This record gives sequence, structure tokens and C-alpha cells, in this order.
Amino acid sequence: MKNNRFARWFYGEDDTLIDKVEMKPQKERTPPERQVRRLMQEHERLHEHIYEDDNRKLWLFDKIYRIASVLFCLTFISILLVTVSWLPPSGSANNPGSNEVSARYIEKGLQETGAVNIVTGMILDYRAFDTFGESNVLYVATCAVLILLRLDHDEKRKPGDLTRSEAESNDRIYEPKNDMILQKVAGFLVPLIMIFGIYVILNGHLSPGGGFSGGAIIGAGLILYLNAFGFAKTERFFTEKTYKWVCFFALTFYCLAKSYSFFTGANHLESGIPLGTPGAILSSGLILPLNICVGLVVACTMYAFYALFRKGGF
Amino acid sequence: MFGGNLLVNFGSVVAVILFGIGFSNLLLQKNLIKKILGLNIMDTAVYLFLAEKGYIDGRVAPIVVDGVQDVTAYINPVPSGLVLTGIVVSVSVTAIMLSLTIRLYRRYHTLDLDEISTRLKKEGL
Amino acid sequence: MAFVQNFPFFSIILSMFAGIVSSVLPAKAAKWLNTFVISAVGVMSLVLLRFLSATGRPFVYWMGHFPAPWGNEIRAGLLEAGMAVVFCVIMLLSMLGGRKKLLQEVEYSKHNLYYILTDLLLSSLLAMIYTNDLFTAYVFVEINTIAACGLIMIRQNGRTIEAAVRYMIMSLLGSGLFLIGLCMIYTLTGHLLMSNIQDAVAQLFADGAYTVPLLTTIGLMSAGLAIKSALFPFHSWLPDAYGYSTVSSAAMLSSLVSKGYIFLLIKIIYRVIGFEIFTQSKIINIFFVFGLMGMIFGSLSAMRENDIRRMISFSSVAQIGYIYMGFGLGTTLGMVASVYHIISHAATKSLLFISAIGLTDVSHGSRKFHDLTGAAYRNKIAGIGFTVGSLSMVGMPMFSGFVSKLLFSQAAVGHTIKMLPTLIVLGISTILNAIYFLKTVIRIYVPDHRQGGESIPLGAEKVYALTIICFIAFNVALGMLSQPIESWILAGLSMFG
Repeated sequence: MKNNRFARWFYGEDDTLIDKVEMKPQKERTPPERQVRRLMQEHERLHEHIYEDDNRKLWLFDKIYRIASVLFCLTFISILLVTVSWLPPSGSANNPGSNEVSARYIEKGLQETGAVNIVTGMILDYRAFDTFGESNVLYVATCAVLILLRLDHDEKRKPGDLTRSEAESNDRIYEPKNDMILQKVAGFLVPLIMIFGIYVILNGHLSPGGGFSGGAIIGAGLILYLNAFGFAKTERFFTEKTYKWVCFFALTFYCLAKSYSFFTGANHLESGIPLGTPGAILSSGLILPLNICVGLVVACTMYAFYALFRKGGF
Repeated sequence: MFGGNLLVNFGSVVAVILFGIGFSNLLLQKNLIKKILGLNIMDTAVYLFLAEKGYIDGRVAPIVVDGVQDVTAYINPVPSGLVLTGIVVSVSVTAIMLSLTIRLYRRYHTLDLDEISTRLKKEGL
Repeated sequence: MAFVQNFPFFSIILSMFAGIVSSVLPAKAAKWLNTFVISAVGVMSLVLLRFLSATGRPFVYWMGHFPAPWGNEIRAGLLEAGMAVVFCVIMLLSMLGGRKKLLQEVEYSKHNLYYILTDLLLSSLLAMIYTNDLFTAYVFVEINTIAACGLIMIRQNGRTIEAAVRYMIMSLLGSGLFLIGLCMIYTLTGHLLMSNIQDAVAQLFADGAYTVPLLTTIGLMSAGLAIKSALFPFHSWLPDAYGYSTVSSAAMLSSLVSKGYIFLLIKIIYRVIGFEIFTQSKIINIFFVFGLMGMIFGSLSAMRENDIRRMISFSSVAQIGYIYMGFGLGTTLGMVASVYHIISHAATKSLLFISAIGLTDVSHGSRKFHDLTGAAYRNKIAGIGFTVGSLSMVGMPMFSGFVSKLLFSQAAVGHTIKMLPTLIVLGISTILNAIYFLKTVIRIYVPDHRQGGESIPLGAEKVYALTIICFIAFNVALGMLSQPIESWILAGLSMFG
């Protein structure tokens, strides 16, 4: 019994993980002492300046601010509560919301859009302009985050900002590298997560789900893979260039396809896009390709957000 | 002053209370992270409100099952669609707020917006 | 269906597509694409304006294969097309005027991101102008907010990032209020399309059902948009955001972004709530009071400033106050005055920002008044531009500011209760405007005996000079052609109904 490796590990005689996993906490990067001292002094001076200059007045202001905040919050909530008390009753079938608009979505949605999931049919066909706007919100947000957090290799150093190489060396101080448990679990889970994400995207018009949820799942899978195996592995297949081109092609396709559909619709032309048999995977016209595009954009964006937050680049 | 539907609309009541809490947090908290939490509470409250208002007693989610296409079988699909769009907007906005916070924290080592302002005035930029 | 009727849709999609394509283009190509798109959209809107004034009827345009309450749709009338033209002109000039400064202040690797944001800003403004659907409006309001935030912080010093945080917080509060208002109005009426909501709201008011929630809903939506457009007590983010961002951004933010929200509010007043119901509600009095307060306190803060860019920014607070005061009057004349002031302020404020940058550049980059002494001699064209802008702000005849002040007082006369406060505050605000703007103008024309900054000869910066000249011409045109513009606004407002 005692020869068994598991039993030896169980009784604490042997640790199979020694020499295979980094267990020592890595050395923390300490900034030079002079800089720390200067920061501390500045901080203290500032505190004197803000908080000890006129201590009593400030204390009073703080109290009044708190009370006023609570009062404001309560007033605001009570106004909203009064409003809610006059709204039509929830759960009733005769509310203003159940009118000819939702009736047509339910009764004719399947024939007109080809999508079994009526919500998908609504957001990607009836009200597609909103949804196009929505993917642009995501795109413009990525641009803003890129402006804020992307660190370029050749960037001139500005006070208080990191450079790219510093960010990279800072990146994994606090985590062990090549953690075996994480890697084994990730190796098992990541394919499943990816397959599930792809399933959710491809079945967006048939069941709950769609481009955004599926894309978020795939993005989570990518992030897990990155955490387990590090940037060196992911950069083999996913760099900033990949991100740029995938997003570009997905959004361009989305834009062109939807423009075609809007243009023909507004000019009362036939779009000539077959709707297929409802219920089949290849059905419901443009909805499936659009879901795939949204899924690609979302997955890349989620990963990009994570990579940018973590070290300012891919 | 109060109408008669306060108790029937208890779902909306919870939603607007959450909305008020989130709104006040976003407006009045000094800590940036707490502000962002307030923002997320506020957005989520709106989704709760919409989902609650779209629901109709005894009906199911609007996914056509067995070819039943009767209005009386499904709930209102419009609010669900609005929630989907709203979630994406909220994700984007949260990402931007967080990255702004990261930048400010890297430079000023504090999350207190008033303290940052005081420092900026002192720097005289 | 005439081919011209596709133009609103083409403008929105073209600018959006330009934003998407710019992500893979080098900065230089993105710049040219951006210039091309703005001009193309401007030309298309001009053609559309001509078409609409010929037919005299607004039209709706399906976005997809389904008619209105089911699908999305956009709607174009005279006022929408005209606004699109004005916005394009101002955006193009602001981009041209601030191009040199952009090169200095923003890292080159982030330039194409700047042009992406500008393209998307343009498309969201156009969508907010043309949309006939409240939820579409919300989505594009968010694009507008995020793009504007990006424009503020692209010049990265601590000041702009802090300003961007404050801007985002206020904007998100506004969006939150707008969104919950939108959801409530959806539960009350069951529609998201503006025309259908208007019918339903009129019906509900006639029946007397749901008066309380309708009023709070209107209040929530108006408050949301007012916060986003920096109405007086919510303006704390504004001076930093306008004062420290790169100059094109400042010009576009003050003259386009906040005006976009105000235009959306006008649209909601006319096309969602209905003008009569809106004027009967108490909300216009709140607008009126805050507008008046903004006019005075904005000017007072501007007087205290020792920094030329921040002074101009605070003056924006006062001018936004004018616009809301016009709403608060609750008459069609007041609305016309407000719409005219939107245009006139947009044209003047961007001119002031662009010319102020020329003045600070020749004063060792300092923005303090003391260092600006004699700056108009060192950079003559910027000095002329700033003088024209200031005179227009103060309300000198010939320039656009005069006409809007005239319209405001005309609108106030004949109003029983609100006439006196309006006229008094208009007078005070004009005097305050005159004090701080003319003080600056005199300061820049006082000869400087010390060693000033380097001076720029007249023909040195051709693009910049051309921009200023175009701005001046635009301003004078607005001031001289006030009669046709007024009748155009009236016709446009009646098309809303």
C-alpha cells in the first residue's frame, strides 16, 4: 500500500509537485527608495493640505455631504416609486406592451425572418439598425480602451506612465508560472468552452443565445487559455494584427450585408436572400452569418480588453 | 399620491430601488471603483425593470416550440431585445471606465477623485 | 421613391463604414478618408436640403424590409437636413483648424484611432438627427458619449484623463435617466417609434390616465439629456474637458456633441411628447430657471478665469443656458430662437477655440492672460478670428450672436410672466459677456514691450488661415441671412408636428 504514489502523497511522505511547479513567491519589484520617499512625502503634504487645513470645517462638510447624499437617494427613489405605483400592473396580458407590434413579431416572425428564436429575429432583422449600432458601441469602446491602455514599444517615457517592457516584466510577479493544476484543467476545459461557445453562436436563431453570448463564452475560453499558458503561447495564433483584421472583416461584412438589406428594403426591392427551412441550422437568411460576425467581434474584443488591462498589448 | 399598483408591481419596485441606489452611488461616491459598481447596479436595475415589464403570467419565452405561433403562448419579445442591446452598451462603458481608472491609479496611486483633482491643481498642469 | 431620399441612410452608413475601414488604414489615409467623408456627407445633406425645400414634405425611410412600428426607420425633414449640413461644415473646419496641434499633442501611432472616433462621432450625430425611434436614439447617444470621451482623453496628460472621468460619470448619469425614462414610456405606450408614442401620449393625456407617470417620465428623459448637454448645475466636467483636450476635440465637443443632445431633446419635445403637452407641464419652468441661472453663473465663472481656454469653456455654460431659457419660454418663437442659437453658438464657439490656440501658440504656449499681451500682432489672423468670435458672442450687429439675442428678446416680449426676468437676465448676461470677451480682445491688441513669443507672418499657415476665414464668413453669413434661416427653422419645426 505504501508503495503507491498516491498513498505516499496522501500520507505526506512525498510531494509529487516539488520541482515541477513554482511554489516560491517571486520577488516583488520594489521601486527605488528615493522615489518611495518622495511619493510618501507628497502624499502627506497633500493630506495636510486637504484634510488638516481646516479639520473641523471639513469634518462638518463630510457629515453634511453624507446626510445630503442619503436624503437625495431617498427622494429620488420615492419619486420613482410613486411613478411605479401608477404603471400598468405587471404580468397582465392587457398591458400596452402587448399590442400589434409584439403580436406581429410572434405570429409572423417565423415566416418573415426564418428564425425560431423570435428575439433573435427581432434584433437581427426587424430592428437590425439598433443592433448594428450596438456592435459599433463595442467597437468604439475598444478604440477608446486602445487609446488609454495600449503601450507602444517605441513610446517616449512620460512621467507616471509605464513603458511596454516594464509592463511586461510587471505582468506576472504575483502569479506562479506554468501552474500544472491550472494547465491540466484548462487543457480539459478550454476545448469544451470553445465548442459550447460555437454551439451557442451557430444556434442563435434556433435557441436562446446568439452572437454576443457565444462570443463572450469564447472570449472567456481564450482568457482562461491565456492565464494557464501565458502570452508566449497565445501570441502564436492571436496578436494585435489578428485582432485588427478579424474585427475589420467581421464588421465590414456586417456593415455591407446590412446596408444591402436596408437599401433593398427601403427601395422596396427583393433582397433575394433565401430564408431556408425554419429550424434548420442553415436558415433564416442573414441572421446566421451576422451572428457569426458578432460572435467573432465580441470574442476578440473580450480577449483584447483583458490583454490590454493586463499588460497594455497583445 | 401613490397609485394602486405598488404591490402588484413589486418587481419594478425592487428595480427602481436598485436604480436609485446605483444612481446615487455613481453620483455621490468618491471612490472610482464604487462609482463603477454604482453604474453597474444602475444598468442591471434597468434590465430587471424591462424583463419584469415584458413578462406575462403563465407564458413562456418567445422561442417557437412545436409550431405554436399564438400570441397568447409567449411573452412580449421587445423588452428582451432591448435588454440584449443594453447589456452590450453597459459592458463597453464599464470597460472604458475601468481603463480610465487604471490610468489614473497608475499615475496618482489613489482612487479618490477629489484627491486627484487637488493634486492636479498643485501640479499646475 | 427618389434616389435623393437614400441620402440620410447613405450619410450614416458611409461615416460608420469609414470608421470601420480606418482601423486598418495608416494614419495618413485615415485622415484623407475622414476629410472626404465629412465633405461627402455635407454635400449629400445639402442636396437633400434642396430636395426637401422643393417638395416641402418630410419623408420616412425604412431601415429594412418592414414598415415602421415593426422595423427601424429614419425620418428626414428640413430641420434635420439643415442641421446635418451645419454639423458637417463645423466639423470639417474644426478638424482642419486643429490639425497642426493634433500632430504636436497626440502620439502619431494613435492618430488613426482619432480619425475612427471622429467618423463614428459624425455617424452617431447623424443618426441622432435623423432617427425616428427612441431606442435607436439611445444606442447612438451612447456611441456619441464614448466617442466624445475618446476625443477628450486622446491627448494624454493627467488633466484630460480626470476630465474624461468626470465627463463619463455625468454622461452615464444622464444616459441612465434617459434609459429608465425610455423603458417607462415603453411600458406606458407599448411603442418605441416616435410617431406612435406621440399618438399614444396624446390619447393618454386626453383620457387622463397615467398622468403622474407620464410627467415623471418626461422629466426623467429631459433631465437625462439636460445633464448630458451640461445645463448649469451639471457643468462641473465641462471646463476641464474643453479646456485641456486637443483643440479639434474641444471645438467639436462644445459645438457638436452637446448640440446633438439638445437637438435630440427638441426632437423628443416635438415628436414624442408633443409641443402642447410639453409646454403645459411644469418642466419648462425648471428649464427656464436653470437656463437663467446658467446664463449668469456661467458668465461669472468665465470672468474669474485667468486661462483663455477655460474662459471660453465657461462661456459655453452660459450659452447652453440661453438655449434652455428659450425652451423654457414655451413658445414657438422661443424654440426658433433656441434652434438659431444652437447654430450660431456652434459656429462661434468653434471659431473661438480655433483662434485661441493660434494666440496661445505665439505666447510660448501659455494660456494666461498676462502672457497673451499683444498676441494678436504676432498672429494676425488668429487675432482677427478671436475678435470676430468675441464680437459675435457679445452680440454685435452683423454677426450671428446679435440675431440670436434679438430673437430671444422678441420671443420673451409678449410673455406675461417670463418677459421681465428674461430681458433683465439677457441684459446682465450681455454686459458680463462684453466685460470678459472685450477684456481679452483689448489684452491681445495691447502692444507688448517685453520679449513675446515668435510671431507668425500672415501667409505662413495657409490651412489655418483659410479655416479662420471660412469660420468668419460662415458667422457673417449666419448674421446677415437671418431672415431665410428663421423661416427655414420655422418650416422645419412645423414639419416635426
